[in-house]
Amino acid sequence: MSADVESPSAGGRVERRSRLLVVLGLVLVSLLLAVGVSSFASSSPDGLEYVAEQLGFEDTASSEHATQDSPLADYEASGVQDERISTGLAGLGGVVVTAALAFGLFWALRRRRS
Amino acid sequence: MHVPDGFLDLATSAGTAAVAVTGIALALRGARRELDDRLAPLAGVTAVFVFAGQMINFPVGAGTSGHLIGGALAALLVGPWTATLCLSVVLIVQALLFSDGGITALGTNITLMAIVAVWTAWWTFRLLSSVLPKRVSLVPWLAFVAGFVSVPAAAAVFTGLYAIGGQAPIALDTLLTVMVGWHAVIGLGEGVITALIVGSVLAVRPDLVRAARPYLDERVLEIRETSAA
Repeated sequence: MSADVESPSAGGRVERRSRLLVVLGLVLVSLLLAVGVSSFASSSPDGLEYVAEQLGFEDTASSEHATQDSPLADYEASGVQDERISTGLAGLGGVVVTAALAFGLFWALRRRRS
Repeated sequence: MHVPDGFLDLATSAGTAAVAVTGIALALRGARRELDDRLAPLAGVTAVFVFAGQMINFPVGAGTSGHLIGGALAALLVGPWTATLCLSVVLIVQALLFSDGGITALGTNITLMAIVAVWTAWWTFRLLSSVLPKRVSLVPWLAFVAGFVSVPAAAAVFTGLYAIGGQAPIALDTLLTVMVGWHAVIGLGEGVITALIVGSVLAVRPDLVRAARPYLDERVLEIRETSAA
């Protein structure tokens, strides 16, 4: 199937270009969300945290985290004062690292066309 | 939904870690069948989008917020095995780099979000699509239901794990009610986002939505002749 649509015909080029459009579109939306919108996200406790507070078991969560000294811990770039810039930079870092790992993994796993 | 260290005892965490490792090992094999040259880049960008989407907590009332899990979205776009890997990559990055979700709880979080949420969404979609008419216009609606169901499902499994190894004496029926209740509300957001993204990709390139493939096979190309008279 893919051999047909990916043949170097005009149709194949259009297919590849629109696929690139989908991938780039999702990358752009992801960057927008992680870098631009993330610092505006609600800081209320999430569903699990809220339930833990209500039922009184939030204190069983350990207060220390093994990676709390990470430069991006808690979605803040350490050493950056401005909260919005700090969160945005953390988001950018997360996008870059996730992209590197995921693209690498899936590229290695993919079925090669014969 | 990210479980911190300390909520569950070590034995239960070891158990979920074993489930997570097994799930990832199976997914590494299963994803090979799902991925080809065309879909590998889409799988990569799906993981990136899930990471970004999980950063955006939206308010759901009463001082509570929720965020996308992305298990349903990933499963429907790139297939469930690949989705399990997408979510696992995101959860590992979050735990190691952002101290979001515990380290001993990483297996629990992978079990809940990369396995339970992903596969609940996938089978919900498959089940519904097997009984409903094969119309492409229905796909975003099914995506909504799949996304919606996946969140309370993960919350219910968390309650089950808490029943086994929870570190505080909590009434389990109360825990189940509030966990599933709040996560049903959050699930509405999950469903809407899942439907919007699946619908958008479907509009541009329906063949890039894995879950929609059986629908495309049903479409028959017709050549109609226009009558001259």
